[in-house]
Order: sequence, then C-alpha cells, then structure tokens
Amino acid sequence: MAAISTPAAPGTFRHQLGGFWKDFSASRGALVGLIFIALIFLVALLAPWVAPHDPALQDRSALLVPPVWHAEGSWRYILGTDAVGRDILSRLIYGARYSLSISAMVVLISMCGGIFLGLLAGYFRGWVETVITRVMDVVLAFPSLLLALGLVAILSPGLTSAMIAIALVQLPYFVRLTRAAVIGEKSREYVTASRLAGAGHMRLMFNTLLPNCMAPLIVQATLSFSTAILDIAALGFLGMGVQPPTPEWGAMLANAREFMGSAYWAVTFPGLVILLTVLMINLMGDGLRDALDPKMKRS
Amino acid sequence: MTSQTLTMFKFILVKLAQLVPTFIGVTIVAFAFIRLLPGDPILLMAGERGISAERYAQLQAQFGFDRPLPVQYWEFLKGLLHGDLGNSLVTHSPVVGEFFSRFPATMELSLFALAFAVIIGLPAGVLAAIRRGKTLDHTVVGISLTGYSMPIFWWGLLLIMFFSGTLGWTPVSGRISFMYFIEPVTGFMTIDTLLAGDWGAFLSALHHLILPAIVLGTIPLAVIARQTRSSMLEVLGEDYVRTARAKGLSSYRVIMVHTLRNALISVVTVIGLQVGLLLAGAILTETIFSWPGIGKWMIDAISRRDYPSVQGGLVLIAFIVMIVNLLVDLAYGVINPRIRH
Repeated sequence: MAAISTPAAPGTFRHQLGGFWKDFSASRGALVGLIFIALIFLVALLAPWVAPHDPALQDRSALLVPPVWHAEGSWRYILGTDAVGRDILSRLIYGARYSLSISAMVVLISMCGGIFLGLLAGYFRGWVETVITRVMDVVLAFPSLLLALGLVAILSPGLTSAMIAIALVQLPYFVRLTRAAVIGEKSREYVTASRLAGAGHMRLMFNTLLPNCMAPLIVQATLSFSTAILDIAALGFLGMGVQPPTPEWGAMLANAREFMGSAYWAVTFPGLVILLTVLMINLMGDGLRDALDPKMKRS
Repeated sequence: MTSQTLTMFKFILVKLAQLVPTFIGVTIVAFAFIRLLPGDPILLMAGERGISAERYAQLQAQFGFDRPLPVQYWEFLKGLLHGDLGNSLVTHSPVVGEFFSRFPATMELSLFALAFAVIIGLPAGVLAAIRRGKTLDHTVVGISLTGYSMPIFWWGLLLIMFFSGTLGWTPVSGRISFMYFIEPVTGFMTIDTLLAGDWGAFLSALHHLILPAIVLGTIPLAVIARQTRSSMLEVLGEDYVRTARAKGLSSYRVIMVHTLRNALISVVTVIGLQVGLLLAGAILTETIFSWPGIGKWMIDAISRRDYPSVQGGLVLIAFIVMIVNLLVDLAYGVINPRIRH
C-alpha cells in the first residue's frame, strides 16, 4: 500500500497514508471487501491445511451427496459432492488458488505492459503515441471475451493461454490511463525542475512521472482483477480455459451443468463463490477510488 | 450550407477518417489469425484424420499460402471488400452467409436484453438519485453492484434451474417451440411470427426470449442504473437546476425537463458502449440457452477448428462494434453540440 502515497513529500508520507486509510475505512463496503479478499487469499494460501479432503479424491460411495443441511447430507461433505464423489468445498478452496493466482498474474502482466507503453506514448508523444494508441484501438474493437477466445484457439486451450489472452485484452485500459496521466503531469513544475537538474528520459519516466500517476492505475488494477476472475471463469466454463480435472471455478460449473436438475449444489456454490469474490473486489475498488482520487469520486 | 451543417459534416468526416487505421488493424489481426496457428494451418484444420495430397494442394491454393505474405494480405483484403471471407471448413458454404443468417438471432436477443436493461435501469437510476441516501438508493446501488459483478453464465443456469426446472414456466433452450415452423423473412422470430399472423408462435417466441434477454441484460442494466444515478446527481447539483427550483417550478418538472434531459447525454453514450459487451455476453448466453446466434456459432467454430469461420466472425463482429461505436459518437455529437468543435 505504501506505493499509493508516494506522491507525498517524504516528510508527510505517514500523514498521507493515515489520510488514505481514514478515507478508505470510512466506507463500510470497502472494509468488508478488503477483509473478505484477505480471507480468501489466506484460505487459498493454506488450502492443503484448510480443505477437508483431497480435491481430486473420488469417493465412489458418495456420488452427488447433498450439502449438510439436507436429510441425506453429512458433515463429512459440508457442501456436498459432485458427480464423481469429489468434495465440493475442498475443490472450491483449491479452486481459489487457480482463480486468484491466474488473475493476479493477468493484472501484473497487463499493468506492467500497459504502464510501459502508456509512459512511452505520453512521454514521447508524436509517432510513438500514434502507433501505440492505434494498436490499442484495434484491441478494443474486439469484444474482450471474443478476442480472448480467438487467442486461446491459436495457443490451444489451457491455463497459460487463458492468462496471456486475458492480459492482452486488459492491456489497453492501462495504456490509456497511464498515457492520460503522464500527459497531465508532464507540464508540471516538478517535472521541469527534474529535467533541469539533468534527469534523463528513463529517470523522468519511471522515477519522476510514474509515482505521480499511480492512483488511477491502482483503482484500475482492482477493476482488472475482478474482470480477470470473471473472464477466467468464463473461459473455463466454455472449456477453453483451465482444463479438467483441475478444480477451477468456471470449469466446475461446466462439469456440474448436466446435473443441474438433480444436484443444485454442484452448480450453485461455484458460481456463488465467483460472484462473492468479484463483488467484494469491486466494493474494495470503489473504496480505493474514493480514497485515492477525489476527482473520480462518485457522488 | 449553413455553418452548423458544415461543422456537423466535418465532424462526421473526421470521425470516419479516424476509423480507417483501426479498420486496417482489425483486418491485419484477422489475417494474422490463421497464419499464427502453430504448425501447418492446413494440417491443423484437417484434424486428426489427416488429408489427401490432392486436397492439401487444393486448400493450399484456396488460402494462397504458397504466395508471399503481402500478396496474401492484399488478396484477403480484396475478398473482404467484396464480401468474401472464404468458406467454412465444416459446411463448405460461404462464411459471410453463415454469419448473416445467424446474426438476426443475436441481434434480436441483444435488442430485447438492451430494452430490458434500459426500461428497468433508467428509472431505477433516476429514483435512486432523487432519494439519495435513502433505503431505495442503497438498494439500487447494492443491486447494481451485484449485477455488475455477476458471472452471467452462472446466473443463466440459476434462472433455468428455478424458472424452467422448479416452476416450469419457461423453456430451457432454442428460439421457438418445435410445434411451429416459421418461414424466415427478417430473421427476427418475433417479427416473422407476426408477419405470418400466428399469435401462438409469437407468444412462443417471446416465451423463449425472456430468460436469455434477462441474463444478457443484467450487466448492462447494472451499468445503466449506476451511470444514470451518478449523472443525475451531478446535474442536480448544477446552478441552473437550483435556479429552476428557485423559480418555483414543480419538482417533477425540474427533474423531468431540467435534470433528466441533461443527464441523459452521458447515459446515451454508456448505452451505446454496451453493444460490445452485449456481443461478448451473447457468446455465453447463447451457449447456455442453445440460442442459434453468432455467439454459439463462434464457439462451435472454435471447437471444430473451423478457422475460416473464426476468422470471418472476428472481422465481422469487430466491424459491427466499430460501426455502432461510430454511430454512438455521432449521436453524441448531435445531442451535445459542445463536442463538435
């Protein structure tokens, strides 16, 4: 979180961080979101100790067992089992590892790439800017999921392809934001001062300008994170993402689809976990935006 | 020509010119698509069954893979401008024809979804803004945040489980009951059934549309409600609204005439921007409901390795999104004269 407040002069750093935290925690939704996400991360990290069963273990004597609150349910399988007798709760817990780590990688890739291209475009302007923005316009011309599907078709379905495809689809948003922020900051006095002091292009771009452009990028990163979770699950659901028997949330939904009529739990819980995770990240993102960027504040 | 029409004309020309590089970029992406496939694209398309040397040569010539890349691209572009995107590997009929025979189904679904989103989202956003900070406002904000976060493929399954499974109210898949055969005229099932004068068929078509339209419309609904609320709040804070109130106008008049009309400017843009989202959402919605539109067609093409169809679909969908975005830009210029200059 420290990076958020870097624009502050060194002396007021703690003060700024405190101000940020005060604004952020003023929103109850943002706090709830933060706590929920922290919990999910913790559960994903500790999956081998938290999960009651091996996610791949098939209990042939317990096929499609309903959740514990049903008469036929048992404490052994709290959220029931799927069609081949695997514990749904354990699969959801292990699935969090895939969804969160892939989405984090997506954000990392598209954010780093986007910042780099955006800095180049905003700093050098001219033909560099034209080329970069035009290429991003082309990416934006395709509906995101469609472009991701097309890329996956080229790269063959799987975890890495899904990750690369979704990162590429998210890239233009980071490029646009960085470019706009850099253009806005470039004419300020501190940048001129830094240039007069002899700072080179690299130093100006990464040390002087970038830290002061971070606020909207952090908000966008949370947005991208939730979009990435949804897109990964969508690709998994369409059979183009993480391949079975990996316990990925979207793929779990796709497997459970044919038992929709008889085993609602196999369909309900994976989707509910996706919805809750995405919702909580978005709540947190709203709080971040309000705290970091008063200009973007929603009334 | 008056100076105003001249400005408008210039505005349209500039917007069109800006589209040219994107257009070329899209065609390059689509052109590169088949050529980026790892391995020999023709062997890949042939699949595991293999291919005769004769057919290989035939396909090689059909795609022109034996010629230099710039020539291949030029041929591709020429074909594209003549409405020729090659033939499907599965059905052997032209990709363009396949696409446009399914497009009305997707368009009908998308229009109903958008109508659902606007009819509920707009009033919800207005009401939330008027009752700012009250329970109603919190409810609208909460629901729209949930809708915005919704994995729509799961939402579709839930609705099917409840409305089709438990209650038995709605059909699970397709566009119309098997009992009816309607000769396609416009391709819009609701219009074609009315043209045929068959009320039963019309109701059946509507019945089949309800759930998919709700599923596809959920995210746009959330976005529209959110945008309407925030732009209403922004306009409500403007001086001219305060003046209108101070003049003693009724609050209904202030909201409807002075606030809503101005707030709608940004809402219209947001509605237009939903089109790309709708086409992406159509891929998932059509898969869940076995809706015979372009989304399902694309998914089938990808899983059948019917690469010419995937390529054609990519290009055509990107064009449609670009054209709609252009129209939205122009509409924005018409309703908001400030932007034209």
